[in-house]
Amino acid sequence: MIQRRVKTFGRGVHPPEHKDATKDLAVKRLGFAPELVVPLLQHLGAPARPIVRKGQEVVRGEPIAAPGGFVSVPMHAPATGVVARIDKAVTATGHMAPAIIIKPYPGSTQQILYTGEADIDAMTPEQIVAAVQDTGMVGLGGAAFPTHVKMAVPQGKTVDTVIANGCECEPYLTTDHRLMLEQHENLFRGIAIALKATGAREAIIGIEDNKPDVIDALRAKLNGNAPIRVEPVKTKYPQGAEKMLIKALLRREVPSGGLPVDVHVGVFNVATLAQLAELMPRRRGLIERIVTITGPGVQKPGNYLVPLGTPLRYIFDQVGLNRDARQIILGGPMMGLSVASLDVPVTKGVSGIIVLTEEETAARPNKIYPCIKCGQCVEACPVSLNPSLMGDMARRREYKRMEDQYHLNDCFECACCTYVCPSNIPLVQYFRVAKALNREKKAPANG
Amino acid sequence: MTALVVAGAIMALLGLSLSSMLALANKKLYIAEDPRIEAAENMLPHANCGACGFPGCRAFAEALVTGVVTPGRCSASSIETVKSLAAMLGVEADVRAKRVARLACAGSRHVARRRALYRGLQSCRAASLVGGGGKGCAWGCLGLGDCAASCPFGAITLNKHHLPVVDEYKCTACGECVVACPKKLFSLHEADHRLWVACKNQQVGKVAEAECEVACTGCGRCARDAVEGLISIVDGLATIDYSKNDLASLDAIQRCPTGAIVWMDPEKGPIKGQKAKQVVRVELAGVS
Repeated sequence: MIQRRVKTFGRGVHPPEHKDATKDLAVKRLGFAPELVVPLLQHLGAPARPIVRKGQEVVRGEPIAAPGGFVSVPMHAPATGVVARIDKAVTATGHMAPAIIIKPYPGSTQQILYTGEADIDAMTPEQIVAAVQDTGMVGLGGAAFPTHVKMAVPQGKTVDTVIANGCECEPYLTTDHRLMLEQHENLFRGIAIALKATGAREAIIGIEDNKPDVIDALRAKLNGNAPIRVEPVKTKYPQGAEKMLIKALLRREVPSGGLPVDVHVGVFNVATLAQLAELMPRRRGLIERIVTITGPGVQKPGNYLVPLGTPLRYIFDQVGLNRDARQIILGGPMMGLSVASLDVPVTKGVSGIIVLTEEETAARPNKIYPCIKCGQCVEACPVSLNPSLMGDMARRREYKRMEDQYHLNDCFECACCTYVCPSNIPLVQYFRVAKALNREKKAPANG
Repeated sequence: MTALVVAGAIMALLGLSLSSMLALANKKLYIAEDPRIEAAENMLPHANCGACGFPGCRAFAEALVTGVVTPGRCSASSIETVKSLAAMLGVEADVRAKRVARLACAGSRHVARRRALYRGLQSCRAASLVGGGGKGCAWGCLGLGDCAASCPFGAITLNKHHLPVVDEYKCTACGECVVACPKKLFSLHEADHRLWVACKNQQVGKVAEAECEVACTGCGRCARDAVEGLISIVDGLATIDYSKNDLASLDAIQRCPTGAIVWMDPEKGPIKGQKAKQVVRVELAGVS
């Protein structure tokens, strides 16, 4: 048989993977920190509304905050304990935001006490969407967009294919890798839920070809008879971006400013789907997630099941931090967020905690050189923008022009341009600044 | 020789006919413009800052002459200019109290704690998008000078501790810095608002003071010492009700333990109270 070329999208980059340290380590549980900090806004959309008060006892899994609208999700107590206070707490963005702080009882159990029963097979798509919102589920890949909003297909639109995103294209991260190996049944059931909610007929699990063990294992389990098929895609960053994955698997292009549903596709992270299958039949809420804790600054790297709200300080007490640790990144190294405080809690969108040492951080010098018009960024940009030109405009503060004429808003900040730039120009940072200022100008002025 | 004369004659004729056409066009197609627009524009500061709400000084001058606005709307002009503009146009000056931009933070690098070192684009806006910029106080000034870069009048400079200082004489309250600051620390105030709380940290007590030596701890001493209702504690911060500005006095700041509330003296600059502690902390070299 002729070897077919592996599917992929145009352009992109391939940074060193650094996945070997954790990809073969089974998921381990982490204990409860002395204080769990549950921010009310861990997702994209409106913040949740607290429904508990200070001093109230909560059991593990109990709802503690109600959604603040349709594009919002509830929060659940990650541990049995008492609500210490509802107060401002530091978050990964560096701002102080309202959070519910829970003090778990000493020796409190990992067992989820707040639990019920639901028959998914008997549910209509609308009921499924409502049940998904009740779980508090958001995209666990990192963007943290409420899952039920993606599952609710707007009137007049249809979805024919569901894509389970198991690419995990960011370096270092191995949570989806482990999950697909260890929880494949949950994944298949989760896909069935997504198929039912969206009305799609077919599902594809897209996996980068650097995980042959997963591809083989899932194919063996599926045995080719379900409406689900496993499709390897080329190991390339940002293959896991939903628009790139749709392009690779279906050769469909999401229009500028559009959503996957515009090309009849729904894309969900594999961890999101597997967690849904775990939670929904028991009417439970999202209270813990798998996080890859790795990097040269960590003594015991691994994939850990971390209760939401666990502060980084406690995690590093458990896994050990090397003395030369310098930078902590939440998420992947390409799109993740550097944090400035160890009090930042793990939230729903945190897929990895990467600790870099002096050696890695010093590898990129501070000095910015002028653009030499080499065009490497243009060749790397997966959405065919011209980062070089836009970087120039950003330097001259022509933010409006970037948006109106050069499609700034199609940039999803994958940072490929910045990664390849030989002049060390922080292009993606320029674009984030430009977007922030444009957003601010559009929003009605208030305080 | 003849060719020279002919060519010269043709050129002269051509020049004469074209210039007479221009002269004619100037007469026939002349657009009468109010000369006061030109005069008014020349009196305006030519900053084109947009603080008046018009796209540049020319547009403002046109609006002035048509009587849509009063000269007082130009915050960049001095009072004398506004008065002479009014005299020329024969309208009321409508002089407004001088307004200036004020920074609600005094947490320069030697008094405020930095939790992490930021490396990257040297702009406050960019830094604030990376974990808030690394400062211990989530509300505080990052000191990278976006405000200074945005000021069209050169009224904002960074001092040696990277804290922006507003030159109230040069400041015209155009509002560029208010937009530029990602932490929203600037606001426009009348220059005779003397009491000023140079802090936005909503934490209270030791928690606030641990991050910054000059933070407002929300202790409430200023509120008790001032005329009733002038100062209140809102969200852990002393908040001044400027509608009662006439009642403000130096009494309010004297017992402030950190010197977060100051008296903006027109000559001496910000004055701290007698009980304000001396600033002791030195800048931290690395990550703490």
